[in-house]
Amino acid sequence: MSALNHIISSCTVGHNTVCKDGARLFTPSPGHPDEISSQSLNDFLMSIYRSLQLDYPKFYKMDQLSKLGWLASELVLRDFRLPEEWQPEDIGIVLTNANSSLDTDIKYLDTVKDIPSPAVFVYTLPNIMIGEISIRNKFKGENAFFIFDRFDAAFLEQYVGQLLDTGLLKACICGWVDVLGEEYRAAVFLVTHDHPGDTASPTLFTKENLDKIFMEENGNVSK
Amino acid sequence: MTDVFVVSDNILSPLGWTTAENFTRLKEAVPGIRLHGEATFSTGPFYAALFNQELDQYLSRLLPDAGDLTRFEQLLVASIRQALAGSGVAASDPETILIISSTKGNIPLLEAPEPIPDLKNRISLFSSAQRVASYLHFAHRPLVVSNACISGLLGIITGSRLIQSGRYKNAVVAGADLISKFVLSGFQSFQAVSPEPCRPFDKDRTGITLGEASATMILTCKKDHLSHPIIKVLGGRTGNDANHISGPSRSGNELSYIIQKVLRDASVSAQDIDFISAHGTATLYNDEMEAKAISLAGMDAVPVNSLKGYYGHTLGAAGLVESIITIASMKEDLVLPTMGFREHGVTKPIHVNRSLLHTPLEYCLKTASGFGGCNAAVLYSKTQQRP
Repeated sequence: MSALNHIISSCTVGHNTVCKDGARLFTPSPGHPDEISSQSLNDFLMSIYRSLQLDYPKFYKMDQLSKLGWLASELVLRDFRLPEEWQPEDIGIVLTNANSSLDTDIKYLDTVKDIPSPAVFVYTLPNIMIGEISIRNKFKGENAFFIFDRFDAAFLEQYVGQLLDTGLLKACICGWVDVLGEEYRAAVFLVTHDHPGDTASPTLFTKENLDKIFMEENGNVSK
Repeated sequence: MTDVFVVSDNILSPLGWTTAENFTRLKEAVPGIRLHGEATFSTGPFYAALFNQELDQYLSRLLPDAGDLTRFEQLLVASIRQALAGSGVAASDPETILIISSTKGNIPLLEAPEPIPDLKNRISLFSSAQRVASYLHFAHRPLVVSNACISGLLGIITGSRLIQSGRYKNAVVAGADLISKFVLSGFQSFQAVSPEPCRPFDKDRTGITLGEASATMILTCKKDHLSHPIIKVLGGRTGNDANHISGPSRSGNELSYIIQKVLRDASVSAQDIDFISAHGTATLYNDEMEAKAISLAGMDAVPVNSLKGYYGHTLGAAGLVESIITIASMKEDLVLPTMGFREHGVTKPIHVNRSLLHTPLEYCLKTASGFGGCNAAVLYSKTQQRP
């Protein structure tokens, strides 16, 4: 296969920090570390949403997992102009995590004691996040949600690479989005086939590069 | 392109412990759905196809050394072990991958009256799959698919892709889901549960009936253990409606698109399709969307059925159970009736089958759709000659 797959953009979220393409983009309340550490995940996600100056009322009704994945997808897509010839079916979404929808499962079961909430129940599947991103962007291509014990870069390179190499997709939003209680972590990538984007030295879609980006957010932000 | 063959399968359901038992019950028009009155997880009577105590006796006979495997994990082990027997595929073969499909896995443990030690780890779908893999001595870490009601088909599609990529030679694809207060109350809160056994594609359909099952399909590219007729997975795709997280597309365009793409990938035309095993959940919107998709794909005349009237909606197992019954149908050239269907209730003139229909079955399509707007389609073929 002569054409190469590239990581056009990446977004990592963790430790109250958002990075896009390796650069720290957003840390709430700079200079007030105490405030940061006491901030809840929901407050953090809401402050990212506000800082991006988005107007998307559906965001408010999403669960934490969908909010996190949706925000990360907004960021990787932000500066990328989709080629006009790409159809909705050419763009897919493949996401992974460890805790499925357990965060919302527990919240749903709490409502069952009183009146079961359909608005919460609908989020008790991890792929609802894929649906939210698809609705926002009108992406209709391949969907898949896989559960691992840890970020599996080799699997993503293989599975998403095959979707791109066999022509099923021209681009794919892929990565890891995990939430349980106040613990959360996201690393989301926009990957394309035969379209290196605008940068002079595009990043190849390899497991080494995926792992490097996934790790850099972990307190070792270089820029 | 590498051929992917289906060499063995198993269905463990309230209708029986083997594929053959299940298919016999279906031909006899025996439903798995019954009225349940006093289950601990409902506030009133409800219809569902649930395992009874016979299953627990069967599991304890079959797996006397099951140790601390949960009921969900035992169901997977029991089904996988049966499918592996005589398949020519070994779990311990480094060329074999185990794929587990489930929507909720061990989530019923959240409702346990007594606190469960290490609950977070026990509930994780990946650790469940690992316990199943290690009990059965699989060489590799398992792969876990959890993508709502297309999970079973996505497992089969993923297995086929991994074989075609050359990464593995064999894929053991297993799926299971159990019904608990969690799932039942959730669908009830959506007012999606039918007060009578579900009636797919019927004019008076009023929603789904839930069901429990575990099922396994074994895929391989090796030709040494093929029996006749030869069943192949010719292709499969998934996609998204990009319309609504809990309701299907109003047009059916998106499911129709992937059906047409799957046919084109395999160089098969709509006229070649002999039978469609639909998702047919018996909700107003799902069945209408599917009818539109089938019609748009030019398959109004093709016999269609839904098995939900026998099994209920078995969630993460549904795509596997219904694919396996499709294959059993292909082997006997027999399309089963759609239990619960009486009067045509969708706006497109699709051919919902209502009788035991003897007809040659060479190319058959299985479709599924789920929450999150996801759709999937898989194409199976039958050939008599050795490839």
